[in-house]
Amino acid sequence: MRAPGHDPGLAQSAAMTAADIDRAIRAAWRIEQPRLITTLSRMLRDVPLAEELTQDALLAALVSWPTMGVPEKPGAWLIATAKRRALDNLRRSKMLARKHEMLAHDLAREQQAMPDLDSALDDDIGDELLRLIFTACHPQLSREARAALALRMICGLTTEEIARAFLVPEATVAQRIVRAKRTLSEAGLAYETPRGEELSERLASVLEVVYLIFNEGYTAARGEEWLRPQLCHEALRMGRVLTSIAPLEPEAHGLLALMELNASRAAARTDQAGDPILLMDQNRARWDQLQIRRGLLALSHARELGGAGGFYALQAAIIACHAQAATSDVTDWRRICTLYAELAGLVASPVIELNRAVAVGMAEGPQAGLAIVDALAGEPALKNYHLLAGVRGDLLQKLGRYDEARAAFEAAAELAANKREQELMRRRAAEAVDAARR
Amino acid sequence: MRFMSIVISSQPAGPPGPKLLEAVQKLADREIKAGRMLDSGGLMPVSTGAQVRIADGKLSVIDGPFVEAKEVVGGYAIFDLRDKEEAVALAVEFMQLHREHMPGWEGTCEVRAFAMPHWEGLCEPDARARA
Repeated sequence: MRAPGHDPGLAQSAAMTAADIDRAIRAAWRIEQPRLITTLSRMLRDVPLAEELTQDALLAALVSWPTMGVPEKPGAWLIATAKRRALDNLRRSKMLARKHEMLAHDLAREQQAMPDLDSALDDDIGDELLRLIFTACHPQLSREARAALALRMICGLTTEEIARAFLVPEATVAQRIVRAKRTLSEAGLAYETPRGEELSERLASVLEVVYLIFNEGYTAARGEEWLRPQLCHEALRMGRVLTSIAPLEPEAHGLLALMELNASRAAARTDQAGDPILLMDQNRARWDQLQIRRGLLALSHARELGGAGGFYALQAAIIACHAQAATSDVTDWRRICTLYAELAGLVASPVIELNRAVAVGMAEGPQAGLAIVDALAGEPALKNYHLLAGVRGDLLQKLGRYDEARAAFEAAAELAANKREQELMRRRAAEAVDAARR
Repeated sequence: MRFMSIVISSQPAGPPGPKLLEAVQKLADREIKAGRMLDSGGLMPVSTGAQVRIADGKLSVIDGPFVEAKEVVGGYAIFDLRDKEEAVALAVEFMQLHREHMPGWEGTCEVRAFAMPHWEGLCEPDARARA
């Protein structure tokens, strides 16, 4: 057994390179980051400043820890450091308002009585974290700015990491963050948890951002950028945080369910070459059962809270039908039809209607599906959407109307934006020609 | 990336005290709320278990307790984390609680990454460089 008081972590391995140590410090900081920023936000009542000091604490750790070792309680060390800086900052500031004086006084007194570092950290940060999320995702900020701020303040990503994840220049993200923080400071936006009607409106703004982050990662092709899929994980974590600190909000559970269930198929979605595999053709043994279980649990929470008909919960319920089907041919298409109809009643969208056509085609036969597709023919929003023609071709093929199917697949190939989709549509057009000859 | 932390101890440590349980529960609670801990579980003593072994081409079933067993798995937790460093930092924090609240106890917390079919290395920038 090691001697008591020996610093764990960094000091344990002489083989650690500077880069290893740097990563270990960042990891320790990330784990404490939510507690740091919420504690500081509460103390300072200034989110942008709290965010800066949280970053400062990381820099201080990067300077000190390589020589002193990781402290036994990294969180306590970080918060003590951040508080000291907060105090310095307030003292240096020429604009020492009376509020600041009082705050500085409180801080100084707190510091004198500091030896018990543990008590300096808030254990239950739920309310504070919720307030922070509402601030970062304030509807006055653009969607991009909300996404960037949330990733930085809630997930602890660096500006560079956010830029790489969204495939935009770092300077762009830095600008977005600076502007967003300025907006938050200047607008003097209330740092508080909204109540009543405002709560659901503000929550929608938060959920929208979390879902945006998730989709940004989910739709990314398997590829060079590891950070794009990482966005899914960050969004999932935020979704889990939201359900734990706002447990009575059904749509928070609905969104979490949707994300867990979608993410459960991650390993089955592409083949070795990185080509996409359609849902019905995926190897279901590769679906992640732990994540499916968590998704179904979140969905049942949403339902228990009366949120079965919510925008996210309905989409999650559709995915759940697939997740619960052991093989593709036992999929409950009737239920999926019902859910799509309900979703279409909630949000009028031709894309949802097209998806409903696919489900109806499976449940009631291709003729019924085709009727819905044909009703969408004049829809301006789908004019250049290759899947409209693709779905039509598929239904015509099933009806044995091969010439029309070929024409539809060829039209789809013309409209398809990427090469893989074009190839798929051309292949299907060729199949229709073959079928017509037989 | 998904990680499993497995606690292995060489001793029949006796039941953990209430202070340790409380501290571990607090940590677990924090990790669940942070969206990082996906699942966890403690295991009953080996006397309640069995081992199915293959040795010299022969298969045998041995009921617990296993007198010759030097190390015993006591529990596990599954995490969704950014990198191995986070998993290590959490394991350090977890073991630190044992040192504080259960003096004399010895054991290991092993941190292992899940194998993910052709997702390997995706979430770890340096995996390929290191390999």
